[in-house]
Amino acid sequence: MPAAVPLSWYLVLSAVLFSLGVAGFFFRRNIITMFMSIELMLNAVNLSFVAFSFQLKQVSGNIFAFFVMVVAAAEAAVGLAIILTVFKNRATLNVDRIDSMKY
Amino acid sequence: MNTVFFLVFGLIVVVCAINVVVQRHPISSAISLIGVMGSLAIIYLQLGAEFMAAAQIIVYTGAVMVLFIFVIMLLNAGSEEGGKGPLTVRLLGVPLLLVFLGLLSYLIQRLFSDTGPVRFGDFKGGSPADVGRALFSTYLLPFEITSVLILIAILGAIVLARKELD
Repeated sequence: MPAAVPLSWYLVLSAVLFSLGVAGFFFRRNIITMFMSIELMLNAVNLSFVAFSFQLKQVSGNIFAFFVMVVAAAEAAVGLAIILTVFKNRATLNVDRIDSMKY
Repeated sequence: MNTVFFLVFGLIVVVCAINVVVQRHPISSAISLIGVMGSLAIIYLQLGAEFMAAAQIIVYTGAVMVLFIFVIMLLNAGSEEGGKGPLTVRLLGVPLLLVFLGLLSYLIQRLFSDTGPVRFGDFKGGSPADVGRALFSTYLLPFEITSVLILIAILGAIVLARKELD
């Protein structure tokens, strides 16, 4: 077993996480689980940023990941408020039933 | 040592992420997501991003996931109904996703094959002091704009979630 893994393994881990987030977003029908899949994708991107920050020996990647984290927190607050409002009006969390803009 | 560290926590991340996607009850997904984020914080620590690791624990597992679990409990969300997606999604979804992942991994291996090994302690620029210095000099304007964004998000969340007064 090698003493240390190359950087590309971290990037592949990030790609796996991102794909799982995409899978959750496409296959789940619960609006909260879909929202959590989005958070999963954002985390995968953050891992890429931090890995490149390590590789290039620059702090900029960390800063950018920090901004992504801040925006994700703001997005979670607003998104969950929207979910609360949708549930109040439609009494369901299934995205297939929230389709009044579709027809 | 570095390899074992990466493999153990990488495995926890992947298993928890799969669990997020396959669990039918949102609260199980949320708990698994906390596992993903906690293990990612430890991987950040290995990559020399100390401040990011701390922020990951505080902001994600501490604040965002508590918010998620609050909302799940407030809405009393049960297991997902067995509604199946369209036929094309069920048939083509997983193979296409595997193709996407394979292509992505192939590109990563091709583009970054000559990168050096990742050893703990090679990069020490991610400490709170360094991040703070960069944040308040080079990135001052984006930082201030983000604070305004958060203020807007707070107001938006309050306006959206308040009770209508008749």
